[in-house]
Amino acid sequence: MTRIFKIALRNLLRYKRRTLLTSLLITLGIVLVILFSGLAGSFKTMMIGQITDSNLSQMQIHKKGYVSSIDTMPLNLTLDTKRYKKIEQLLSSHSEISAWAPRIKLNAMLSNFTDTTNIRLNAISPEKEVLVCPDVGSRMTFAKNRDPGVLLNPGEVIIPEKLAKGMKLKIGDPIVLVANNKDGSVNGLNFTIAGIIESILGPQGKEGYMHIKDAQELLRMDKPEIIEVAIRLHDFDKLDNVYAAVSSKLAGVINKKGMPEFEIHTWDKLSPFSNIAKMIDFMTITMKIIMIAIVLISILNVMMMSVYERVREIGTMSAIGTSPGRIMSLFLAEGLLLGLISTIVGNVIGLSGIFLLNIYKISFAFGRQDNLLLAPSVNITELLWVSCIVLFISVFASLQPAYKASRMEPVDALGHV
Amino acid sequence: MPLVQIENVSKIYQTGEVEVKALSDINLSIEKSAFVSFVGPSGSGKTTMLNMIGCLDMPTWGKILVDGKQVDSFNRQKRAAFRGDVIGFIFQSFNLFPVLTAYENIEYPLVMIKNEPQEKRKEMILTVLDSVGMLNQKDKFPDQLSGGQKQRIAVARALITQPKLVMADEPTANLDKTSSINVIRLMREMKDKLGTTFIFSTHDPRIMEEAEITHTLVDGKLS
Ligand SMILES: Nc1ncnc2c1ncn2[C@@H]1O[C@H](COP(=O)(O)OP(=O)(O)OP(=O)(O)O)[C@@H](O)[C@H]1O
Ligand SMILES: [Mg+2]
Repeated sequence: MTRIFKIALRNLLRYKRRTLLTSLLITLGIVLVILFSGLAGSFKTMMIGQITDSNLSQMQIHKKGYVSSIDTMPLNLTLDTKRYKKIEQLLSSHSEISAWAPRIKLNAMLSNFTDTTNIRLNAISPEKEVLVCPDVGSRMTFAKNRDPGVLLNPGEVIIPEKLAKGMKLKIGDPIVLVANNKDGSVNGLNFTIAGIIESILGPQGKEGYMHIKDAQELLRMDKPEIIEVAIRLHDFDKLDNVYAAVSSKLAGVINKKGMPEFEIHTWDKLSPFSNIAKMIDFMTITMKIIMIAIVLISILNVMMMSVYERVREIGTMSAIGTSPGRIMSLFLAEGLLLGLISTIVGNVIGLSGIFLLNIYKISFAFGRQDNLLLAPSVNITELLWVSCIVLFISVFASLQPAYKASRMEPVDALGHV
Repeated sequence: MPLVQIENVSKIYQTGEVEVKALSDINLSIEKSAFVSFVGPSGSGKTTMLNMIGCLDMPTWGKILVDGKQVDSFNRQKRAAFRGDVIGFIFQSFNLFPVLTAYENIEYPLVMIKNEPQEKRKEMILTVLDSVGMLNQKDKFPDQLSGGQKQRIAVARALITQPKLVMADEPTANLDKTSSINVIRLMREMKDKLGTTFIFSTHDPRIMEEAEITHTLVDGKLS
């Protein structure tokens, strides 16, 4: 066995330039895949983190039917205290869930006493919200002398940057919010601007923030009601499992008409970014397919040339009694070795590339945020998979040439010049 | 019982419409430890004859027995195994493996065909290297050796598996006069020492002289 590999290696070294070129090509393919999936993966993770940790949360529970009419932010699909308690009870029994927070989503008119405009508002309970979206404050700017521990007090609002600019509003300015409640009656309250928030991708990325108590007052709710419950897990990777568990429990809660009372959605059903994430996955797969094609074609090409060039040698091997199986394994070993060398070199270069990218971090802008850093990471299982696929394809591509070599008739092969 | 027995063997090559009768109705037997040559003009069927005896090709008609086995009924796989076991080969253009050293070329059949263990191999190879007078060249690659030296290594490679029969189609055709004589004498010497049967073909009258038995082919017939 070792002898087969020794002969294969020497045969590879015999055509140094060709071997080098081929393995460079394969190496390039592997490096591209490693770097691309590292970068794309890191971009995806970062974006998902941005969206779930600062704005959307990982999962949300609503009254059944809310999400399908989310564009109008209906105020009649609310959860009363009894139902919220029911949800809390359900969530607290699940050990993977680390926090949840109640929210009200509403449209309002914002007036600076001369102009009036529309605003989407996310009414939150600040102490709970920071547990569900720990980065919610990271996009906000406040007055310099403000206690950084306080996100939002009753009577305060945080408005989107664009709106602040358009309405010429600054931190500390007074405004009036006017809203229709679900019965259609109008109410207005005075607020102070406590902060400005940068927008991010998605409709939810352009929301302002207010206190949930203020929202309940503005909407003249007799009893406290909420619109959604935002949920965070200890471990984001377990999202699918937890979602399945919670959603099956929620499905058991039915109303008087026998229909499910609640609905639950994961972040990707709520944000348009999930399509970008899918796109990134698709591109990563495309890169891998291109890499496989490169490996397949280049190894096939080299091995076919090797067999053709060595017809007389193959004839000699066969004449002196080498079994067809041995001859075949010699050429398979050669293809495998070529793939292996390229894989090792490719992995080394790819990993060093990622290492360098981590030292000289690439910064990029996403939406209004320009301080994001890409820190590409390597998934070891992914790396092993890529390497295994390359090795497998190397052997696979050598099969036909190797088989051809093993089928040669010694008389014909020996007569070949 | 003779080592090689050929009964009514004919070989016809078919190239498109044209049929060439390379051997016609040959009957022949070769005893153990013989030193036999086939001679004849170009195209007379020498190579064809040696290919039949060496189990590299099959006759169109007739029966060939080598070492008591009817080899014309063997399939590809079986013929390869039989060649590895019973027959050694020396080629006109040496056909050493260019990526292997002289030593490794001789080792090749032991490792790749016979699966001999390491400990046994070294002793055998050094002995045969010594007897072909190439011990001091053992680490050279084929392209660092002269034609005569290459053919000596080829003789050693053919003999290392202790075959009963060695086939050599024009083993001296690519060698100068002195090397030719030396190589054929080496073969003769090895035959005397090991009792191996050698069958070779040649054009060269001085090489023919070295043979114990000479068969002459003319137009695919023995004369
Ligand atoms: N593969 C083949 N296909 C068709 N005809 C062949 C083939 N091999 C040999 N022949 C023909 O068979 C006849 C015998 O050829 P062979 O090679 O046995 O002669 P030879 O005595 O070895 O000649 P040389 O001294 O030139 O080597 C020739 O007429 C040759 O043209
Ligand atoms: Mg010939």
